[in-house]
Amino acid sequence: MQRIGVFVCHCGSNIAAAVDVKQVAETLKNEPNVVFAADYPYMCSENGQQLIRNAIKENQLTGVVVCSCSPRMHEATFRKTAEESGLNPYMVEIANIREQCSWIHKDRMTATAKAVVLGRAAIAKVRLNAPLTAGESPVVKRALVIGGGIAGIQTALDIAEAGYPVDIVEKKPTIGGKMAQLDKTFPTLDCAACILTPKMVEAAQHENITLYTYSEIEEVKGYVGNFRVKIRKKARYVHEDLCSGCGVCTQKCPSRKGGNEFNLSLDKRGAIYIPFAQAIPNVPVIDTEQCLKFKTGKCGLCQMNCAAKAIDFSQQDEIVEQEYGAIVAATGFNPISLDKFGEFGYQTYPDVVTSLEFERILNAAGPTKGHLERPSDGKPPKTLVFVQCVGSRDTSGRGKEYCSKICCMYTAKHAMLVREKYPDTEVYVFYIDVRTPGKNFDEFYRRAVEQYGVHYIKGMVGKVYDDGAGHLMVRASDLLANEQLTISADMVILAAATEPDKTARSLATMLTASMDTNDFFTEAHPKLRPVESPTAGVFLSGFCQGPKDIPETVSQAGAAAVKVIGLLSKNKLKSNPCVARSDSLVCSGCSNCEKVCPFGAITYTEAEVNDGTGKEIRRIAVVNEAVCHGCGACTVACPSGAMDLKGFSSNQIFAEVDAICR
Amino acid sequence: MPMNENGEFTPLIVAFCCNWCSYAGADLAGSGRLAYPAEVKIIRVPCSCRVNPTFILRAFQKGADGVILAGCHPGDCHYSTGNYYTRRRMTLLFSMLEYLGIEKERTRVEWISAAEGAKFAATMNDFAAKIHELGECKRLEDLRCK
Repeated sequence: MQRIGVFVCHCGSNIAAAVDVKQVAETLKNEPNVVFAADYPYMCSENGQQLIRNAIKENQLTGVVVCSCSPRMHEATFRKTAEESGLNPYMVEIANIREQCSWIHKDRMTATAKAVVLGRAAIAKVRLNAPLTAGESPVVKRALVIGGGIAGIQTALDIAEAGYPVDIVEKKPTIGGKMAQLDKTFPTLDCAACILTPKMVEAAQHENITLYTYSEIEEVKGYVGNFRVKIRKKARYVHEDLCSGCGVCTQKCPSRKGGNEFNLSLDKRGAIYIPFAQAIPNVPVIDTEQCLKFKTGKCGLCQMNCAAKAIDFSQQDEIVEQEYGAIVAATGFNPISLDKFGEFGYQTYPDVVTSLEFERILNAAGPTKGHLERPSDGKPPKTLVFVQCVGSRDTSGRGKEYCSKICCMYTAKHAMLVREKYPDTEVYVFYIDVRTPGKNFDEFYRRAVEQYGVHYIKGMVGKVYDDGAGHLMVRASDLLANEQLTISADMVILAAATEPDKTARSLATMLTASMDTNDFFTEAHPKLRPVESPTAGVFLSGFCQGPKDIPETVSQAGAAAVKVIGLLSKNKLKSNPCVARSDSLVCSGCSNCEKVCPFGAITYTEAEVNDGTGKEIRRIAVVNEAVCHGCGACTVACPSGAMDLKGFSSNQIFAEVDAICR
Repeated sequence: MPMNENGEFTPLIVAFCCNWCSYAGADLAGSGRLAYPAEVKIIRVPCSCRVNPTFILRAFQKGADGVILAGCHPGDCHYSTGNYYTRRRMTLLFSMLEYLGIEKERTRVEWISAAEGAKFAATMNDFAAKIHELGECKRLEDLRCK
């Protein structure tokens, strides 16, 4: 006979304002098996928990129902509370009367009545709860970081410094990511390469870090503490261990028509190339679609000139299998495609460029060696027009509804850099709003306006067109002056919206980590667990979780590393005891459950079954509790009703249905 | 027919929500104070594929006027494939229920992610409005209990 205690939380006024908590406690006290009911302003506070602990001891409670916020918030808290008074933690159920009741129902009578029903359902469930014991699983003390930009590098360095081995998997031939392509960084205007490349070198040389560049994640299996990952090391056709990085091959290559990805195709590269001078590893890669040897079978000049004999045209992709305790997603971002924004003429006019392209034009290692030259004829432009929010804060469906966050600041940076180096250049910036929250950010923007005389105009550009004489014309509205403007511009720079890298979606599927509608990874809690994914053991670093600038990315990368270190420092993890179990007496050995199990947790065995009338050797299903994730697919597939799920048993759910429909 | 104090029909709606997406979506609807009718009562399940058709039959037996099942979007299931099973099972079940006289508008499967609080509230509002239109559901009877 269960002895159940009901604890109704006011959550300050969050619940009590809409729900008559005293009445809920009194009504639920009359439910069968309920021997104690109380309400308290903050049940999760130390005093509230003490009230629960005392009630468990004084009333010999065998089950606890807490009517409070979502179980996603405090289920773990109250389970621990129960455990501290000697009650099995899985004898606790939560009735969610905040998110599902007080916060959405204004009418006090309606909300109170619903809270009672939700409480009844939880009581009905807990009446059928059974004590469960969590199993233990070991933790593989190795972390995987997916993405080798500043987010991934910083996360890996912090984990490695704590003494744990880390692998970085980067799909490009070099680590460095977007930050490597930047010229200067706001608001300090220090050069991106000067602060990034030492970190790249440190990562490459760190004894605890292994780099897998030009590699992709092929498969992820397992669970927190015990992930098994297949990494595809794509063939570079150059042996990393033999190559000395001399670069002779890249000079000898006769095929020079490939767009240089690092400079966003503003210049050309050979078929065998090192992405940029400070690339890590400093090992070339062959673009097989461009290479004459691969296309025609003739050439091989690079191989002939390689003193280290590192070039191997027969190299194959390699699959590396590795086990990890934790995985960090740091997959970063890209500017969106501007195909749908024809009005800006990006596809038509070479002198209309994106901000990232402009970043390369300004960079001393870029296609113009850092001289401000326009792409069409190489002449220095005299009038520049920057357009912000190209696709950001766009509700038309062409772009992104969110603010890309970094554009206001980098546009101010670009404008300032141009005016500093070329004072005779006129710079216009069209904006919807200028958003500069951040340390020294607004001061930076004001400097662009006040000190550098950049013309900021509130309004959107409607059209960029050719006036027929080869001049770019920008037509825009000045909202503050309420007039239409037409500016003759030599170059137009578009602050394209940002979006998560396209590979993030398929990675999220492999990791079973959830994403929002914009394909940003979802955090376990938007405020309290911002670097953890809801999937245990998967952590988030950088832009893949939401738009961020470099300082924010580095902070988040460090935070993700701390969470990983916390996990790896444990020797054992408690596993989820809410797993499937099969009743051997009822199981007919049909294999239906095995077929639907996504984790291969069910196997069959010949076992002795004794139903009281005699022994029998029979084929029955056995659940491997360490592998079972507890989804319950098998319970429905089982035709004989042998399979059930602990913590969510069929009888418990029937009881909840009955309580709600009473 | 269950009525409120104003003599209006108050249906009984059971919503099965998977722990990872839709239950979190309901939490988000709550923290966003996005209202939906109190007649919707949520039962948390680990995955939509945990919902045995008999749970839904039981709800209709016991007087539910509508049952909605919400899970992660296809491809986003926390357990990889659970919601695909749900989709197939429920197609079959709902068709059978219609055969038994339970209008197909009384049953629904929706994919609602953890980030879609607004969709959760909108779905529940829409579903509840449909049930209000249909009125009280014909009660299925468990003949074994006669």
